[in-house]
Amino acid sequence: MARGVPVTVWGGAAALIVAALVLGTLAAVAGFAGGLSALGPGDWLAVRFTLAQAVVSATLSVILAVPVARALHRRRFAGRGALITALGAPFLLPVIVAVMGIIAIFGRAGVVNDLLSMLGLPGVRIYGPQGVILAHVFFNLPLATRLILQGWQAIPAERLRLAAALGFAPADSLRHLEWPMLREVLPGAWVAIFLVCLTSFVVALTLGGGPRATTVELAIYQAFRFDVDLGRAAALGLVQVALCLVALALAGLVSLPAAFGAGLDRGAHLPGPAGWLRVQDAVVIALAAVFLLTPIAAVLWRGVPGLAALPPEAWAAAGRSLAVALASSVLVLGLALPMALAAVRPRGGWVEVAGMLPTVASSLVLGTGLYLILRPWALPGGLALPVTVAVNAALSLPFALRALLPEARTLAADYDRLAASLGLSGLARLRFVTLPRLARPLGFSAGLSAAFSMGDLGVIALFSAPGTATLPLYLYNLMGSYRMADAAAVASLLMILSFALFWAFDRASRHADA
Amino acid sequence: MLTLEALTIVQDDFRLEADFSLPRGARVAVIGPSGSGKSTLLGAIAGFVPLTSGRVLWEGADLAPLPPGQRPLSILFQDQNLFPHLTVDQNLGLGISPSLRLTAADRARIAEALDRMGLEGLGARKPAQLSGGQQSRVALARALLRARPLLLLDEPFAALGPALKAEMLEVLSEIAGEQGTTVLMVSHDPADALAFAPLSVLVADGRAHPPQPTAPLLANPPPALAAYLG
Repeated sequence: MARGVPVTVWGGAAALIVAALVLGTLAAVAGFAGGLSALGPGDWLAVRFTLAQAVVSATLSVILAVPVARALHRRRFAGRGALITALGAPFLLPVIVAVMGIIAIFGRAGVVNDLLSMLGLPGVRIYGPQGVILAHVFFNLPLATRLILQGWQAIPAERLRLAAALGFAPADSLRHLEWPMLREVLPGAWVAIFLVCLTSFVVALTLGGGPRATTVELAIYQAFRFDVDLGRAAALGLVQVALCLVALALAGLVSLPAAFGAGLDRGAHLPGPAGWLRVQDAVVIALAAVFLLTPIAAVLWRGVPGLAALPPEAWAAAGRSLAVALASSVLVLGLALPMALAAVRPRGGWVEVAGMLPTVASSLVLGTGLYLILRPWALPGGLALPVTVAVNAALSLPFALRALLPEARTLAADYDRLAASLGLSGLARLRFVTLPRLARPLGFSAGLSAAFSMGDLGVIALFSAPGTATLPLYLYNLMGSYRMADAAAVASLLMILSFALFWAFDRASRHADA
Repeated sequence: MLTLEALTIVQDDFRLEADFSLPRGARVAVIGPSGSGKSTLLGAIAGFVPLTSGRVLWEGADLAPLPPGQRPLSILFQDQNLFPHLTVDQNLGLGISPSLRLTAADRARIAEALDRMGLEGLGARKPAQLSGGQQSRVALARALLRARPLLLLDEPFAALGPALKAEMLEVLSEIAGEQGTTVLMVSHDPADALAFAPLSVLVADGRAHPPQPTAPLLANPPPALAAYLG
C-alpha cells in the first residue's frame, strides 16, 4: 500500500546485508582455517581457560548478586534509585577504563595493597586469572543484580501481602516466594554473563596473558598481530564461534533476559525484616556500592585534573572515536529500524533471525574475517576505522533489535490500521507515526551502540595503523608505556564521552516522545 | 451504492457470507451476537480483511485494487482512532493530507471543523489532554473533513456514557445528512439502532443478511438475535 518501496523490502535488504557480513566473514574464516590442525597446545590451554574463567565469573557474579538484589529490593534509603541506575553503568563503561580503575584499587600500588601492607599482611596480585575474574565480576555483578532485582520486583504485590498477612518469617518467604523466582531467573542471568565472558578480550589483554590467563579472543589477537599466523588466527576464530554456538544452545534451554536488566521501582513495597538482617543488608549494599564505585571514582579522581593538559594526539583520538561512535549509531539505526518494522510483518521472522546472527560472532572473529576478505583490495590500516564502525554496528544490532521489536509490535497492533485507513505511507508515515512512536527505543539503541563503539578496543587493535588510534587504543598504548597520569586523564575523558553519548541520545528521544 | 457481491470470508473455522446492496445515503445498523463477524464485515469493506471470494463494489466499481486509505470511505475503530503523539490539529490535518502539507485554506477548514464540533481552541492539545467525548468528536471531525461518501463505525462510542453516546449519534446524523453519507454502524444497543438507523443488517450464523427495517426486526427477532438481546 506504500508509494515507493515498501518497508519490507528495506528491512529485507538490511537483513541480507547483515547476514552477508556475518556469514561472509565466518565463511572467510572457516575457509582460511581449513580445520583445527594449526592449533598448538597453548591454544587448547586458551580454550580451557576461556571456559573455566567464564564459568567461575558467571557463577561468582550470580551468587554475589543474590544478596545485593535482595537487600536492594527490601530496603528503602536515600540514594537507592541512584545506586540502581549506577548498576547500569558498567554495561556502558569502556572495558579499558574499568580495568584502569580496578588496577587503581587492586593493583600493586593500589588502595587495597596499601591497606594490607599497613596491616603487615601480604599483598594481592591483580595480574593473572584472579585479575581476569575480578574484572569480570566487576562488570557482571551489577548486571546480575539488576536482572535478579527485576525478578524480585516481578513477584506480585498481592503475593507479598498474603505472605505478610500469614506472618511468613524470612525463611518461609525464601521457600515459598523467593526460591521459585530465583530458580527461574538465575539460569538466564548466568548464561547471559557466561556469554559475555566467553568473548572477553580487553580484560584478558590487560590483566591476563601468558599460558595461565589467555582467552581465545586474546589468542586470536596474538596470532594475528604478533605471530602473523593468519591460519592459526582463523582456526582460533572457528573455535570461538563454536564456543558461542554452544553457549547460545545453552541459552536456548533457559530464557535469556533482556540485556539491560531492571529499571526502577515498580510494584508495592513491604517493610523488610528488622533485626540483624537490617545490618546484614546495609553491609551488603555498602560493599557492593564500594566495589562498584571506587574504581570509577579512582579513575576520575586521578584523571580529571589532567584533562586540561592532555596532548593534541589525545583530542585527535577522541575526535576519531566520536566519529566512529556516531557513524556506528547511524548505521545501527539504519539497519535496525527497517529490520524491526519488517520483522513484525507477516513472514518477517527470518529478518529477526538475521538480526540476531552477530551474536554468534565476536569482535575479533569478525575483524579477522574482514581482514581476510579485504586484504586483496585495500591496505588494512586504511580501513581500520570503517571496519571498526561496521563491526561495532553489527555487534550492537541484536541489542537494538531486542529494544525495538516489542515496541514495533505494539505500534503495528495499535496504529497500522489507522495509518492505512488515512492513506499514510512512505516518508509521511515514517515522519509522523513511526519515528515519534519508536523514539524511545531508537534513542536507547543509538546511545547503546555509540557507547559500545566509543569504548571498543577489539577490531581497532587488530587493524590499527599509525594515525588511526581511537581513544581506547591510545589509552591502551599509554598504559603500555606506563604514562599513568596521562592514562588516567584519557580514561576519564573516554568514560565521560561514553556516558555523555548514551545520555544525550537517550535524553533526546525522551524529549521527542513528550 | 455499496454492493457486496457473493462475498465470502473464511478464516480458520470462521466463515462469513454477504450478498446485498445498500442505497446511497442509507443509515444501517449492523447487529448480531458477539463473534458473529460484525467487525470482520466492516474490515472487509474497508480493505483490512482479505476476501476469500466475491467483490465489494462502490457505484459499480470494484474496490479490490484500492488500499484502505484510497477507498471512498472513512472508518472509526473501537479505539486508537487518534495518534496520541500528534496534536488535535495534526490529527485532523492527516484527514486532509497524509503528508500534512496543508494550505491556509486547509487550516481554515480544520478550525471550522473544530468549531463545528464544539472543540474551538483545543487544536494544540494532545489527545490525552481531552476527555473521552472530546476525543470522539475529534475523530468525527476528521471524518467530516475527509468527506468520503461512506462511513463505517466499528463501535467508536462504546466507551462513552449513554448521554455522550446519544450526543455523538446526533452530531453524526447531522453530518451524514448534510453530506449524504452512507453510514454503516456496528451497534450493541438496540436503542441506538432504533434511534439512528432505519435499516439493519443482521449478522448471525455465518451470514450478513440483507438490510431490513430496524423496528420490525427488533420487535420480532429471529432466534439467534433473540438469544443475544435476551
